[in-house]
Order: sequence, then C-alpha cells, then structure tokens
Amino acid sequence: MNKTTELFAPGHRGCAGCCDALAAKFMLKAVGENCIVVTPTGCLEVFSTPFPESAWNVPWIHSLFENTAAVASGIEAALKALGRKNDTKIMAIGGDGATIDIGIRGLSGAFERGHDFTYVCVDNEAYMNTGVQRSGGTPFAATTTTTPAGKASFGNLRPKKNMPQIMLAHGSPYVATTSIAYPKDMMRKVKKATEITGPTYVHVHAPCTTGWGFDGSKTIELGRLAVQTALWPMMEIENGDITGVHKIRNKRPVEEYLKAQKRFKHLFSIPDGAEIIKKIQELADWNADQYDL
Amino acid sequence: MSKLTVVEGSYAVAHAAKVCRPDVIPAYPITPQTHIVEELSQFAANGEIGACEYITVESEFSAISALIGASAAGARTYSATTSQGLALMHEVLFNASGMRLPLVMTVANRAMSAPLSIWNDHQDSIAQRDTGWIQLYAEDPQEAADMTPQVYKICEDSKIMLPAMACFDGFILTHVYEPVVLLEQDLTDEFLPPFAPEHILDPSNPKTFGAFADPSIYSEFRYMQELGMSAALKKIETVADEFNEIYGRYYGGLIDGYYLDDAEIVLVAMGSVIGTIKDVLDELRAEGKKVGLLKIRSFRPFPTDAIRNAVKNAAIIVPLDKSISIGKYEGALCTEIKASLYNTKIDIPVLGYMFGHGGRDIPPERIKKIVSEAEKAIVNGITIESSYADLREELL
Repeated sequence: MNKTTELFAPGHRGCAGCCDALAAKFMLKAVGENCIVVTPTGCLEVFSTPFPESAWNVPWIHSLFENTAAVASGIEAALKALGRKNDTKIMAIGGDGATIDIGIRGLSGAFERGHDFTYVCVDNEAYMNTGVQRSGGTPFAATTTTTPAGKASFGNLRPKKNMPQIMLAHGSPYVATTSIAYPKDMMRKVKKATEITGPTYVHVHAPCTTGWGFDGSKTIELGRLAVQTALWPMMEIENGDITGVHKIRNKRPVEEYLKAQKRFKHLFSIPDGAEIIKKIQELADWNADQYDL
Repeated sequence: MSKLTVVEGSYAVAHAAKVCRPDVIPAYPITPQTHIVEELSQFAANGEIGACEYITVESEFSAISALIGASAAGARTYSATTSQGLALMHEVLFNASGMRLPLVMTVANRAMSAPLSIWNDHQDSIAQRDTGWIQLYAEDPQEAADMTPQVYKICEDSKIMLPAMACFDGFILTHVYEPVVLLEQDLTDEFLPPFAPEHILDPSNPKTFGAFADPSIYSEFRYMQELGMSAALKKIETVADEFNEIYGRYYGGLIDGYYLDDAEIVLVAMGSVIGTIKDVLDELRAEGKKVGLLKIRSFRPFPTDAIRNAVKNAAIIVPLDKSISIGKYEGALCTEIKASLYNTKIDIPVLGYMFGHGGRDIPPERIKKIVSEAEKAIVNGITIESSYADLREELL
C-alpha cells in the first residue's frame, strides 16, 4: 500500500463526485489515524478495496452487509479484553440499506449493549451498489428501480424512516445529523461523536450522482439544497436534548431541489405532480417548524 | 491420577472453554446449548476468566459477527450454538473461514425445524458442511471437553487458520451428568499456547480485512482454504497425541476404531451413538461375530485416506447417519464414505442407515438388527442401498 497523507487514499474506483468517497475522506481527516473502521458490503467497500488494492490507511474490516455494528462491538470487546482500547476509536460507516434496513437488528443490539463506538450512516437514499433500488431511507415520491413511476404510481409511496429518532430511543449520548455538503459540520460532529464514550450515531445526508441523476460536479450543490429547503434538518442531540440546530438563512422552495434530480423529474409532468410537490413542501415546512430551522 | 467430578456435560464443556482463556465470548441462548453460556456467564461474573468480555448479543447472527470482529482484532474467541442458531449464522460461517479467522464454537447438535424439534440429530452441523469450518464430533462429555483446547490448537496453527466446530449431541451429552475430569488450568496452559495471530486490526500497522475479489483472484482464496484443511488433517492427529501426552486421554485423531482390525462388518458413526454401538459390539464379539466400529471424529477435513485404510479388509461397510440429505435418501456419512471408496481398488458394498432424527432414541436392539441385516447382505447382496432404521410405518 502506498503511503499518502490521506487516511482514505485517492486512486479508488468511486464515481466522479461520489458522496461515499467524500464522506470517508473527510471523516477520517477529522477522526485521525488511531481509528479502526468497519464497513458493510456496499459501494464504499467495493470501490475502495478491490484485492490487492486498498484505499484505507487505517485498519479496516468488511464482513457482510447486515452485521457491521455487531462486528464493531466484537472489535470493541476485544480491544478492552486485550487492554488495547485506550484512545483507539472504532467507527462503523454504513449506507442507508445496511443501516436502516438489513442491519437494524445488529445496530439496535450494539447500541442497547452500550459499546463504545461510533456508527455513521452515509445515507444516499437507496441501494446504490445494486443499481438504485428503494430502501427505508428513500424519500417520498422518489423513483428508484424498484419504485418506478407509472400510470398507477408516483414512485416511492412512503416517507423516509426516521433513523436518528430510532437511535435516540436507544439512549445514545450523542445523535447528530449532518451532510457531506457541509464538510466542516460533518467533520466536527463525527469527531465529537468518536470522542464521547458509548454508542454514538451520526446520520450523514449524501447525494449520489448516479442514483439521483445529477451531474457529478453538483454533489455539494444538491446536498446544500436539501438542507436549505429544510428537507434535511441538521442538528445535534446530546443526552436526549437538542443542543444545536443548523439555521437556514434563506429557505428555498422544494421545487429547486426536486427539479435538479432525475429521480423527481416525473413530478413535473404527471397529472397529480403539483399535489405531490405540495406534500413534499409540507414535509419540509414541518421540519422547519419542528426544529426551528 | 486426575480427579473425577460428576457434572453436566454442558458444565464440562463450559469449564473447558474457560481454561482455554478466551478473551471475548458473545453468547445467545438456544436449547440445548444454553447451559454452556449460562455456566460461562457465571465464570465471567466470578472473575474466573481474566479480562474476558462476555457479550449478551441479540441474535446468533450477531454472536458470530462479534466473534469475527474480536478475532480480527487479535482476541481468542468462544461461543456455542445449535440448530436454528447455527443456521442463522450460515452466511457468516463462510465469511469467517474465508477471512481465515480461527473462531471456535461448540455445537450442541439438534434437529432443524419444521417440524420444530429441540432434540438431537446431526442435520444442523451437516448442513454447514461446505462453509469451510473444521468439524469434529465427540462421543461423550469428556471428549467434548477435551476437544475444546484441541480445536483451538488445531485452528490457530499458522498453516491452518480456519474456524472450527466442536460438535456434541444435544441433550444426550449436553444434559447428561457423568463423571468427568475437569480440564486442569496448568495442563491447559502447557498444552495450548496463547493466541498470537500474524495479522490483526491495529492502528499502528493498518491492514485491510475482507476486500473483494474479482474472478481473476477468487479461486485462489478457496484453494488456500483447502490447503489449510489439508494441513489440519495432520494437525488433528498430532494434537490428539500431544493431548494424550499431557492429559493422558485419547479419543482418536481423525478416526478411531473399536474391534476394527479384523472386522468383517464395519459400522461407521459419529457422536454419542458411538457409546451404544460399543456396548453392542462387546456383546456381539462375545458371540463370535466379527463386527467393528469406525468412529469418524473429523468430518471436515474428511479423512479419506484414513477411512480407506481402515475399511479395506471389511466385507461390508455400514454408515449410520443422524443426518439426511432429502432428495438423495441417505445421510452425509453414507454419501461421503461411498465417494471415498470410488476410484480405488476397494470394492466393498456400502449399506447405509439413517436413524435417531429429532431425538428418536437408538436402543441397542436397533444396532443389533442392523448388524443382522448386514450379515444377510454379505451373503445375498444389497437390495436397498440406504434406508431408515427406525421409521414408524404405522404412522404413515
């Protein structure tokens, strides 16, 4: 492995403008080299470790799709038993499918047991590695390859599962939401999460150029629009209390966010599209009101 | 002289696991394995397993996943499971062997649902045959206990580095109270060196575990696992001998025999039924019948050469299976014994029987009936290659 100054090295096989690569790079910059990373099966794992290459300049392990948190809990237990835990951080980085859907049992168990590790969900709102299928993180009305729009459907019928609230219900001392479009915010929150003892959770909103259908140069722009429309509220919750909210200066209408992506394109042509966009605006307004954005 | 103590089989195994000094034990309850993890939790609560981390995970899937993380981080690991729990682990079993992590698990063999059954047979571990795990089968609680440090020593060998299941029959052995020698800590420390893997997750020397392989490289990973299994063929024998030298007990290496040398009828079996068969053979030998037993101790790696050598002078071979491959109408031992003899000059008929499924008792009379049918088959030839020995026709 070539040593570079980056803990997540360039030369991997991610798409131009890939959200996962940006997330991994900036999070490791924040956490530093005394860190063991666990990732599930998914884009990040596949494009960063085609044997015999690896983009990881920290110890890294991938086991399976649905057991990331359990593997992390085993690592934490081992380091404690062997007297090697010290200041070593254990960070799991999973996608929305691995976190919200297939891996939720193991994640719930690991948080309930109180292992000292940080779980980061990099949420690009569908199963991107298998070709953009719907997950529990897919937003209302988005099309995916398993929720296409058609005469009888406007796309995904359900809103996103509220994963941060679920993790909060486990009594986690630190739950935060952030976005790769705000790297400083993301780095600060991830670093803070790893420095707090106990199971901590950071949910990162991460626009996917391939899955959402936008140009690879617009990843950050899309991420910012999600926040500025109030569709993705960014906050910190410490010991159950909201201690910080990212305020929106000029709130943008959701149309700006929706029309920039192919996955919502149908909403601007189908007969009941305007009604659905109105519902999405209501979701954003609810967020703005609820969290005082 | 070692001291005999009357304990439950599960206690003997839990105690054996304790003296192997595991660092991490993820535990999940499932009948009839539960007593093992209960005993270990008490050992841990008493501070008797050093700095061991005992984790009460939320499923068998997470139990073995935690084992993977812990082992990759350099810990010696232990867990125990059975049946549905083992099946839930299926995907992770491949993962552990593919990553060459020497996990050790006790499997308290139990039937698979449906219909739901908590009682013994070998369907659970046999169904995991091709996951790349070493599988040894014990005939009594003492052997199950003794097998525990043995499998650590086998699978942690740098030429092997494969996970291992130490299998013993649920209820029949897990819940029986028998006099056993509880493994001595000092002897175990002498027998089993500390776990010191070459590759671990360590920030001072970062390594990548669990990369993905494209078609140009995948087969070589599997081939290297096969080389590990080949190395285990020798190691299982030498470790059994080393154990005998230190503890003074021997249960066979890859295989063992009972009245085997001059046997015309060779029964082949694994697990607790061995005890019943030995009693029956004592009677039959007293009657002058040339019947012997080939005990299969290692099912993976499968001891093909040792089996060929052991049965080559027999008149008939009779595999007795507590598993069944539905659609093949025979058990795994039967299939594999037959496969072992093909392409050799050994031309001996193989007469397979399946019995004891879902915990059905195997009384001595059943073995005697099988032997008498084998005697007839030597004279008249085989008409049915494989059948149930204990089917209740009146229920069908």
